[in-house]
Amino acid sequence: MLTPDILAAAVVNGLTTGAVYALIAVGLTLVYGVLHIVNFAHGAILAAAMFAAYFAFQYGVDPYVALAPLAVVFFGLGYAAQRLVIGPASHGEDRNVLLVTLGLSIVIENLLLAAFSSDTRSINTTYGFATIRLGPLFVSLPKAIGFGVSCAVGMTLWALLNYTDIGKAIRAVAKERMGARLVGIDPPHVFAVTFGLSAACLAIAACVLLPVYYVDPRVGEAYVLIAFTIVVLGGMGSIAGAMVGGLLIGVVESLSGLLLGDSLGQLGIYLIFILVLLLRPRGLFGATA
Amino acid sequence: MAETLLSVRGLHAGYHDLKVLRGVDLDIAEGAVVAVLGGNGAGKTTLNKTLSGLLRPESGEIVFDGRRIDGESAAAIVSVGLIHVPEGRKLYPDMSVRENLELGAYKRGRPARARTLEHVLAVFPRLRERLSQRAGTLSGGEQQMVAIGRGLMGQPRLLILDEPSLGLAPRLVDEMFELIRRLNRDGTTILLVEQNVMQSLEIADIAHVMEHGALTLSGPARMLAEDSALAKAYLGM
Repeated sequence: MLTPDILAAAVVNGLTTGAVYALIAVGLTLVYGVLHIVNFAHGAILAAAMFAAYFAFQYGVDPYVALAPLAVVFFGLGYAAQRLVIGPASHGEDRNVLLVTLGLSIVIENLLLAAFSSDTRSINTTYGFATIRLGPLFVSLPKAIGFGVSCAVGMTLWALLNYTDIGKAIRAVAKERMGARLVGIDPPHVFAVTFGLSAACLAIAACVLLPVYYVDPRVGEAYVLIAFTIVVLGGMGSIAGAMVGGLLIGVVESLSGLLLGDSLGQLGIYLIFILVLLLRPRGLFGATA
Repeated sequence: MAETLLSVRGLHAGYHDLKVLRGVDLDIAEGAVVAVLGGNGAGKTTLNKTLSGLLRPESGEIVFDGRRIDGESAAAIVSVGLIHVPEGRKLYPDMSVRENLELGAYKRGRPARARTLEHVLAVFPRLRERLSQRAGTLSGGEQQMVAIGRGLMGQPRLLILDEPSLGLAPRLVDEMFELIRRLNRDGTTILLVEQNVMQSLEIADIAHVMEHGALTLSGPARMLAEDSALAKAYLGM
């Protein structure tokens, strides 16, 4: 029986899942907006970050504690990967960047496979099954935290892009590389910062996912497929689009799971996806020109 | 004679196999307006791009204020005060006019940013009411104002203006040349690259004609204006 309570619970559950989708999509759309390529290593970096959080937990560091230091570490790794590997290997050609990130994803995934095998692992936390009460609803505590953290990161990123010098430099490079160089902005540095921010978002996503999910070397793939859908849905390169698109996809997935059953739940995502592309090909927040 | 601010010797540059600049020699004295005139494809824009570090020279020497800058990055060249306002403006279309202007002080002139912005708005009062508008939605003349304003935000010692009158309505062209004169009076040295010969010669101190990647005719602008050889060399008739 479909009561309003069950529907509300499904919506809330969808929002909490969708916020983490959004967090993963935000990094993907940011890199697309600035470097004009899809980062194929996105999923592999997420998997690496989840392993990092997993081993931090084995050494007694809770994922929520590891969140900030891992974000910093992954910012550095992302910066270095772009500056030392992806940038130099692509010789200034965008299409090469695409191939280099694909190569990077294969390397990372296989390193993870070789080191940790394909076993799925998860962590047991004291709060893993804790819930908080929201009126008539019970919400999983780690998912509520994931929702809060993801929204905070999305807003921080938006503020960074709009109100800081480096954020404005990122937006300038995204649209007008030559004009950016003429005021002294160094595009390779901006590309690397962009990649670093994207990797930091993944590290944060990894830390909020780990308490409610498992990790294996291929864990990123499922998320990235959804994240890519969100990026296109929201408008390629749009941060706001990725945030709204992520929440929307989360809710649609949850509701269609409720109505069609778990195995058909993903169908809803692609129905919405096709509808949006039919009616608004540039995506919800896509640029008009 | 004023100090030499920019000195270029034997500059060669191009794109891959295409040689564009073939031995450019150029001196610009502090406080001067120097015009480089020439038709399409003569190499004027390549010269600008090489001076501002967007393009690496193949050989030759560029000395700015006593310091070698050839081979330096565009950012390093901006920070010594050689600022290039490009042909086609190259604004950030979906950022506001204010953001476009403020980014002009990204590398240089940062401490004085608020004050310079007031100065730029005094030079271009029309931009004040457009500050929060997206740069891509402005008219061509207004976009050119933003481009020059962005250049001024970096407190240029040498301002390179590449075809500032291109695509402007005739009345705005006159305004543009008047503006260049005014900027120069305020103390900015200017390298003006133009296809608009007569008006450029009116405001320039020294003029050069560029053909096939080299400066083929040089002299005081007043003399070139009366020289029939210019008509031949430049207009080709």
